[in-house]
Amino acid sequence: MQKVDHTKNIIEVNDISFSYNKEKVLKNITLGIHQGDYLCLVGPNGAGKTTLLKIMLGLLSSETGSVKLFNQDIKDFKDWQRIGYVPQKATSFDINFPATVKEVVLMGRYAHAGLFHRMTEKDLELVKKSLEQVEMWEYRDRLIGDLSGGQQQRVFIARALVTEPEIIFLDEPTAGVDEKTQNEFYALLKKLNQEFSLTLVLISHDIERITKEVMHIACIDKTLVCHTSPEEYLKDSHSLDISGQPVKIITSHHHN
Amino acid sequence: MLENLLQYGFVVRGLEAGIIVAIIAPLIGIFLVLRRYSLIADTLAHVSLAGIAVGLLFGWNPAVTALGSTLLASFGIERLRNSKKVYGESALALFLSGSLALAIVLLSLSHGLNANLFNYLFGSIVTVTSNDVLSIALVAILVVVTLFSFYKELVYVSFDEEAAKVSGIPVRFINTVLIFLTALTVSLAIPIVGVLLIAALIVVPVVTALQLKKSFIKTIFWAEIISIFSVISGIIISFYLNLATGGTIVLLMLSIFSIVFFLKRNN
Repeated sequence: MQKVDHTKNIIEVNDISFSYNKEKVLKNITLGIHQGDYLCLVGPNGAGKTTLLKIMLGLLSSETGSVKLFNQDIKDFKDWQRIGYVPQKATSFDINFPATVKEVVLMGRYAHAGLFHRMTEKDLELVKKSLEQVEMWEYRDRLIGDLSGGQQQRVFIARALVTEPEIIFLDEPTAGVDEKTQNEFYALLKKLNQEFSLTLVLISHDIERITKEVMHIACIDKTLVCHTSPEEYLKDSHSLDISGQPVKIITSHHHN
Repeated sequence: MLENLLQYGFVVRGLEAGIIVAIIAPLIGIFLVLRRYSLIADTLAHVSLAGIAVGLLFGWNPAVTALGSTLLASFGIERLRNSKKVYGESALALFLSGSLALAIVLLSLSHGLNANLFNYLFGSIVTVTSNDVLSIALVAILVVVTLFSFYKELVYVSFDEEAAKVSGIPVRFINTVLIFLTALTVSLAIPIVGVLLIAALIVVPVVTALQLKKSFIKTIFWAEIISIFSVISGIIISFYLNLATGGTIVLLMLSIFSIVFFLKRNN
């Protein structure tokens, strides 16, 4: 396994802005994500977290500035198998879709194989490996819609893992799952980050919980309010309100 | 009894054409149904009627003008949809009613409201020529080869368009391929079930197979079985009972759907 170089930035977001219908949702964001990082994007609803994530994934284009993935401008970036993505709607997809767990994870290999190519033994081996990493191999022949929310979430992580990426983006992965499932889920993310040296970037609302898990917190409220360690973040934001949101940050940047 | 039936050349040709269409329709249908595009088949069928009207008016081969108009419309619909200026279903509604209006006006110009038109509206297996069978087979091969080539991409885009895009799949291109193939399939199916019932052929076997709750591959397999069975038995039954073939096929498909639906619900 390659050594993790924490000083090396693999994602560089430089001075990006974005608007929906002339309303600015992101202003002059500059953010670096280094190899082996475990970063959480936090901020109030509508603060632009998902928009920022989508810009880093090339699903949206920023109006200004630049995004570099693995030292390459996102416009020229072709190595998408180095990036895994677990979308927010992973928990609200079409539950009647006729696909088994194995078929869903195999989809992750599809773009990698290229047009016209069929799946090989290696693809199937990687499917097995990814499902074993998330401890879902025994469910391989079950329909995805028949699994519990937490199990489905694991399958979507396996689908992201199956291209052997270096970084995985997760958009609110724990939304709507119970506490026990959340604990198992964070244990899995920790394992992926520490044992498999994967860089992780996630969006979460559960600040109290996430500060115990991640290495860095980036607080987004249209601009980058802070980018710091969880300890510093908690110290800076003094008091927490009931929702776990830092009061100071919310009040100073809300509704503008 | 079957030997008796196969003595008639038109029945053999009808069966040949019917089976080819029965094989193709669910292959397209599964992607349309799962992407909530079911209505696109119906829309393109109405567009093909406008194409047929153009053919009848100018004395061109209606099969060719039908194909041309559906292909043209399929790109128009995709562009309108991608422009995000109108909702997806609204784009379909515009094309569906618009092409029907155009068809009616053109047909009134050509005084073409005759038996010929009736064949296009409801299908007429009796009039299938061996040339028709050949061209249906060729287009079918094109559809199957294209589907096979883009199968992986179509599956991923149907399941999760966003993740497919991030993984590097050219989503817009794949969408265009799908609608293009739909246009081809719709024009293929006109002689068998007619313009008005094509959508049923594409959609109903797939919707039925989906009730079985199987894997993706098995769902396609069962949709194929239902489709081929309904078309063959529909042609035979309609021959002996002297019924309209297209309608018989679609009613058979719907009966199978009802049986499966109620059996599954009671389980």
